[in-house]
Amino acid sequence: MNEFVETLLELKWHEPKSSYDVVIIGGGGHGLATAYYLATRYGITDIAVVEANYIGSGNSGRNTTIIRANYGIPESVRFYRHSLELYETLEEETGCWIMHSTKGLLWLAHTETAMRSERARCLLNTACGAETVMVTASEAKALCPQLDLSGGGRYPVVGASHHVGAASARHDRVVWAYAQGAMREGVHVLQNTRVNGLLREGDRITGVQTANGPISAGIVLSAVGGNVTTIANYADVRLPVRTHPLQAFVTNGYAQGLDKIVGDTELLCYVSQTARGQMLIGAEFDRQPSYSKQSTFDFLQTCSSKIGHVLPFLKNLRILRQWTGICDISADFSPIMGPTGADGLLVTTGWGTWGFKAIPAGGALMAELIATGKTPDMLKPFSLDRFASDHPLADQGSTGTR
Amino acid sequence: MLWLTCPNCGRRPIDEFAFGGEIPAVPDRITDPTERDVDYVWMFDNIEGPTTERWFHHAGCRRWQTVRRDTATDTVVAETDTVH
Repeated sequence: MNEFVETLLELKWHEPKSSYDVVIIGGGGHGLATAYYLATRYGITDIAVVEANYIGSGNSGRNTTIIRANYGIPESVRFYRHSLELYETLEEETGCWIMHSTKGLLWLAHTETAMRSERARCLLNTACGAETVMVTASEAKALCPQLDLSGGGRYPVVGASHHVGAASARHDRVVWAYAQGAMREGVHVLQNTRVNGLLREGDRITGVQTANGPISAGIVLSAVGGNVTTIANYADVRLPVRTHPLQAFVTNGYAQGLDKIVGDTELLCYVSQTARGQMLIGAEFDRQPSYSKQSTFDFLQTCSSKIGHVLPFLKNLRILRQWTGICDISADFSPIMGPTGADGLLVTTGWGTWGFKAIPAGGALMAELIATGKTPDMLKPFSLDRFASDHPLADQGSTGTR
Repeated sequence: MLWLTCPNCGRRPIDEFAFGGEIPAVPDRITDPTERDVDYVWMFDNIEGPTTERWFHHAGCRRWQTVRRDTATDTVVAETDTVH
């Protein structure tokens, strides 16, 4: 974060204490949102958010900023719809402009099979309150005139599902809004403080060991992206999580507006337009697990050639920047939130390629869990013990990955 | 990682290969048989560093091979021909 940005924000930095009620590892969206809701909703302000780098420097600064709730299982739809609704009122609540704009998402189908699964998803989503309607190819064209319905001759568009409430927001501003709100309430955010161990007393986790010394805590929450296994290993906790790189890129500004977010399960790409007018394009994560943040030309080539079939205007744009994040992909492609089995250590992880949209709901529900000690109903299906009890939430198709 | 050497076909682009997963190792401290099963089925070591993995040459000769890869840098450390 540079000085220019800092002057725009009211961030109150504090000297670290040696002990807090709650220590949150990871100063990204989920960590800061949890601190924010703990402070504002439950009056718990003796919190430290410990961040290895600067706030929002991990996956919160590397995502494609799409907010949607059209998932494939009721538990997920309810959770993400809650998040979508919290996003809609977030500017009002925090007083920060997060550049939230409701756009609607067109999820294209190229085959009859895809149409069937989209139809099923529409019915389920609408029944769970996330309005999604089927549209014909010509209706999709009317909603998004830049679409090439012939799909460049290779991927003809048969129809699409239109998720009406889908939106996008500015990723940094979401992080800053939560940071500002939390710090105003007295939450300590400790940047450049890498956690390199956990303090233990018997079986209980009693704090974190950082590069700047130990900090003891009543409860430790890991809201780490990518490196969650490292934290879990400190507590001998085993997680069904693998770390994969995820790449994305932006083009130069496009004068015409692309009003809709366009996603495509079969091409595994999605496009939205940023507030600056740039086209923000992402795809599925890299196949092999890796902690390397190396971007590849291979990704640019395959992703841009695929998306160019359905949105041919993209071929005339230039690629400005590309970047890579490392995300934690859980075994069933759904997040894991709640107790870890190690006393005193909670986790919110498995955010894979779908963490940004879940920041408000993830934060609010984790705050409720920490403050009340009871798992909220909406969070129950996402607990870690679902794997041992054979209730995984398999929902890979809805995550835009295959 | 952009290239991998297949024992049959030689050096080929990584796009031709499918990742077949790490060779899993359940920690010794998990002694309960049920917990060991859960760990074997669901949990990942997710090591940042050298791991031993299976790779499948799906768009080539369709041969499986064992690869030692460093996940911190995404580079191949050693390609072996061992059948596990």
